[in-house]
Amino acid sequence: MEEKILTKLFGLKDSHTIDVYLKHDGYKTTRKVIMEMKPGEVLEEVKAANLRGRGGAGFPAGVKWGFVPQNIDKPKYLCVNADEGEPGTFKDRYIMNHDPHLLLEGIIIASYAVGIHKAYIYIRGEYENVALRMEKAIEEAAARRYLGKNILGKGFDLDIYVHRGAGAYICGEETALLESLEGKRGNPRMKPPFPASIGLFGCPTVINNVETLSNVPFIIQNGAGKFTRNGLLKDGGTRLFGVSGMVEKPGIYELPIGTSLKDIIFKYAGGMKKGKKFKAVIPGGMSAPVLTADEIDINMDFDSLVEAKSMLGSAGVIVIDEETSMLDVLKTIAKFYSHESCGQCTPCRIGNAWIRKIVERIAEGKGKPGDIDNIHRLAKNMLQKTLCPLGDAAAMPILAITEKFRKELESYIGN
Amino acid sequence: MNPEYSDIRKKKIDELISGYPERRAAILPVLHITQKEFGQITSAEEKLVAELLDIKPIEVHEVVTFYSMFNQKKVGKYHIQICSNLTCTLLEAGNLLEYLQNKLGIKPGETTNDEKFTLSTVECLGACEEAPVMMVNFDYHGHLDKKKIDKLLDNLK
Ligand SMILES: Cc1cc2nc3c(=O)[nH]c(=O)nc-3n(C[C@H](O)[C@H](O)[C@H](O)COP(=O)(O)O)c2cc1C
Ligand code: SF4
Ligand code: FES
Repeated sequence: MEEKILTKLFGLKDSHTIDVYLKHDGYKTTRKVIMEMKPGEVLEEVKAANLRGRGGAGFPAGVKWGFVPQNIDKPKYLCVNADEGEPGTFKDRYIMNHDPHLLLEGIIIASYAVGIHKAYIYIRGEYENVALRMEKAIEEAAARRYLGKNILGKGFDLDIYVHRGAGAYICGEETALLESLEGKRGNPRMKPPFPASIGLFGCPTVINNVETLSNVPFIIQNGAGKFTRNGLLKDGGTRLFGVSGMVEKPGIYELPIGTSLKDIIFKYAGGMKKGKKFKAVIPGGMSAPVLTADEIDINMDFDSLVEAKSMLGSAGVIVIDEETSMLDVLKTIAKFYSHESCGQCTPCRIGNAWIRKIVERIAEGKGKPGDIDNIHRLAKNMLQKTLCPLGDAAAMPILAITEKFRKELESYIGN
Repeated sequence: MNPEYSDIRKKKIDELISGYPERRAAILPVLHITQKEFGQITSAEEKLVAELLDIKPIEVHEVVTFYSMFNQKKVGKYHIQICSNLTCTLLEAGNLLEYLQNKLGIKPGETTNDEKFTLSTVECLGACEEAPVMMVNFDYHGHLDKKKIDKLLDNLK
């Protein structure tokens, strides 16, 4: 039996209410932290757990918190990234819908560790109903004095606000998120300075994904050792693998980091949808390079996927069947990135637009010899030449498809 | 005539603004409320929001045009937004879009003459496990097929 860190309450009736949460030892960790622990002790435990970010980049959360300057007379902020825009990703919605108090508890503990008194949950605009649920949970927690002024009478203050985005994938990128939260267009910022020193409203800021923060209560309650017992020593805990596409049982599966991709698809998600044959899989949200049938014997952890020239990203697994044309897949990917480019950098703005044009032309039956080479070249020219990682996020999956499915793509072009 | 908020919404807006150290930071939440109140964000609403937040109307316009969720012209009573991203397309969302177009007699971006329905395509809605998915206003509907769409639309008065 796999240990459940994040989904323990998911099946229970009214699991989103504070009553059910409290009945299952909810806010016990908050009590322990506020009553008995020093901020530095909390930070050390999270560092020891090697909790790597679940939003995509996999940066260790404890290290990130440690970057925030302590002796500074400015306020510090926490921004919770609930933008969940990466196609194939739906895990944060599950956490917020089924166990909103788990996330709140993670936010409280993180804020205590870093000395933060104001946190914003930046949630994608389409999740209106999820945002309402989070707001309700905040009200419930404040009524029991787990939030607000003088939490549990121990002098620590924290307010949490829900802030809804309005439909822009780029606002999931951390510096675009800050711009958006400040009331501007979501154009990513140049780094450095990093948000830990100059972030929201020019103040030190921590940005973490929903799932990352939701792991924190377990780590503090049970210790780093119990956390890394799941997953790997350097990449601890479980992940919420979101499986979608041509499988029998699409959904969320909480499994130890390092679980085999093959098992995730064929054991947990029930294998291929009736009568379909496996063709390819995108292992970590749409930006992750596609893997073919002979590449799926792989452990789902950050380092193994980097070695396979793909990425664990948001752990959104999209399964593609034999009947699906990779040209259609490429078309959808190209449309998405050209639509979502914020336009600040020429390679991303123009490169994505051209790739889209060429792919759409091929799909109309008007492809020309050399088109696939041109797409490949355009994508290559985006790599590492842009201000934010969206340029790479677009280039990588496009390069992988044009390399691994070149023959098929060429077959759509007459001569 | 200049648009005006209902008293309840005005109160909500004041409360919202107090959550930020700078007024303009409340612009997205305020625009969401504004769209709920007036159904659209045209230059009249932009002006109103600019006054509320102490910024110039052009600064509001810059924001409104960056994000996809603000309707710069009026939409129908029911805004149908069908996902056109990867998982949904794998599961035939393309055919369903065509079905909706024929059924409603409009293309994406258009509104029916009786102003009941507007049809749009959107990028991934973050509900891929239920693909194909669409939103009707803010309600999600997943595992769609033609029959389900028929039933759903028949029930919308
Ligand atoms: C284009 C782009 C979109 C992103 N979208 C998201 C997102 O929707 N949610 C998220 O948590 N992180 C997203 N990220 C990653 C964030 O920039 C950032 O790394 C993350 O929120 C940090 O939190 P973590 O360390 O807890 O993962 C995105 C990054 C890029 C480049
Ligand atoms: S890489 Fe693309 S999305 Fe990122 S800043 Fe440049 S233009 Fe904008
Ligand atoms: S691809 Fe349609 S909801 Fe994600």
